[in-house]
Amino acid sequence: MSMPLAVIDKVSHRFGTVDVLKDVNLEVQQGSFTVLLGPSGSGKTTLLLILGGFLTPSEGRVFIAGEDCTLSPPAQRPTTTVFQDYALFPHMSVAANVAFGLRMRGIRAAERNGAALNMLRLVGLETQAVKKPHQLSGGQRQRVALARALIMQPQVLLLDEPLGALDVKLRRQMQDELKTLQKRVGTAFIHVTHDQEEAMALADTVIVMNGGRIVDWGTPEQVYSRPRTRFSAAFMGESNLLDGIVAKSGKSEVLVSTLLGEIQLSGEAKAGEKINVAIRPENLKLQSGRGARLHLGKARVCEVMFQGSFKRMSVRTEGREPLLLMLRVAVEESAKVGEQVDLYCRPSDFALLRE
Amino acid sequence: MRRIGGSLAIAYAIVLYGFIFLPVIVLVLFSFQGTLFPVPPFNGPSLRWYQAAFGDARLTAALGNSLMVAAASSGLAVVLGFMAAFGFARYRVRGAGVLRGVLAAPLSVSYLIIGMGLLILFNGLGVPKSLLAVTIGHVVINLPLCFAILYSQMGEHQVNIERAARDLGARDWQVLLYITAPMLWPALFAGFFLSMTFSWDEFVIAFLLTRFDTTLPVEIWNLLRSGLSPKTNAIGSVVFGVSVVLAVLLEAVVLRRRTQS
Repeated sequence: MSMPLAVIDKVSHRFGTVDVLKDVNLEVQQGSFTVLLGPSGSGKTTLLLILGGFLTPSEGRVFIAGEDCTLSPPAQRPTTTVFQDYALFPHMSVAANVAFGLRMRGIRAAERNGAALNMLRLVGLETQAVKKPHQLSGGQRQRVALARALIMQPQVLLLDEPLGALDVKLRRQMQDELKTLQKRVGTAFIHVTHDQEEAMALADTVIVMNGGRIVDWGTPEQVYSRPRTRFSAAFMGESNLLDGIVAKSGKSEVLVSTLLGEIQLSGEAKAGEKINVAIRPENLKLQSGRGARLHLGKARVCEVMFQGSFKRMSVRTEGREPLLLMLRVAVEESAKVGEQVDLYCRPSDFALLRE
Repeated sequence: MRRIGGSLAIAYAIVLYGFIFLPVIVLVLFSFQGTLFPVPPFNGPSLRWYQAAFGDARLTAALGNSLMVAAASSGLAVVLGFMAAFGFARYRVRGAGVLRGVLAAPLSVSYLIIGMGLLILFNGLGVPKSLLAVTIGHVVINLPLCFAILYSQMGEHQVNIERAARDLGARDWQVLLYITAPMLWPALFAGFFLSMTFSWDEFVIAFLLTRFDTTLPVEIWNLLRSGLSPKTNAIGSVVFGVSVVLAVLLEAVVLRRRTQS
């Protein structure tokens, strides 16, 4: 892999006595779409502001394109930021907004207006150039903010919850546009959000943050199906969490004993350690087959809810210590409340979690 | 009973407005007097006293001085008030509450005290009584006003907009000039014209701080000492007219902003 474009090296930040970021390390690759995902107060926006140069971290360093930018002001970094409220200049036309950065660079009016029009064409707003921001819809303002930031040809584009103010339908549409735009311009995007669906739809790499730390990272598939921590397992959607004790510890495999029996998992843990394992509801099956060869025992159906494209089912395992588990099963599944069912899964569907 | 109450209220309103506006009406009416004295009976209308007033070199000079002092002191008060408001709104200042209080304090001090204080100070510093001195005096009374107006209009929602401008390469002065000031344009306008109206008919400070070149209110006072003349009425009507124009301009801006938002 090539040299990373942006590096966050052991960064901590305090607001007064509150630790907002605790020893965060992060590498962002050239041309990638990275999403910082976390609940409010997780430190994701603070991290973005530090990358953009709006905050100087209490400790640690920031490298962008090989240079130490820790103390550089925003304008002297190869980054631009798209703010949550768009922060458009209300008294300027759309074209003047987009051209503002070039104007500050001292580029002549004719030239910068031409460049602004090209940029507006890229985001599909070339007909709106003479309007004022307040005459545009939310989605259009969003695109003006993108054009205004991208005209500076940054190496990294920072986006602070850019879709947060849009309604759900428009948000999904803008997600697609954002992804297409990123592929087209090839700039590395770092995008902050608290919406895990948005993160999964956009990201090449998801960084899950909680309490000022990075608690998980990887492709959306990795983070979804093999979360590293309890927090990311729960935050990335519904999950069944089981307590377990490590029975045997191998080189990169462990045997964990749980209420569903002994489970072989990849991962590292010491024998005797108390840990958690997680399995997604859609990975629990009522029939064996398609690799779902691990029999987890019998259970009784407690509740079935029709959800359109699938059925949500909760079941209670039988035994001395019953467990309540969530399943997502096909709509054709006919098991009724009170019926006894068998539970199966693939051994690789379990993920070993750390706190 | 209700009808009596209603007509009482109307009568009261007429008396009240009459009390406020009758002197002004009389002043303006007798500025058009055709004879030597601004007392009934009214002979006219005639513009001879306006001609006399505008033919009086001292009065026209004073009129020019007044406009100059009003424009200069208001401009300075707006610029200084804007920068102070920006500083308090955007930076963490130690003891900001106390400092803001001190900055606004001259609003509650009488013009006489301010004028006397400046007189003593300028005496000590060797600054002569002059139009410059009265300009500074008017900055003192108008700066707190401009600061209060502008500070109230600087909100959190502009912080990200200024951040965005910095991100795109704007220097501090460019942020102020291209972003912050245009966003606050109505407040800057209101501050300027309100200051103009206060400076335009301010007497006490101007009286204390000028000697040979003086402002219009002081010149009118000089005229009044030599007795009543329709010429004083004429120039007084001009002062009143300018005040009305300033007030209307101010109102237009404030109302326009209200209907916009």
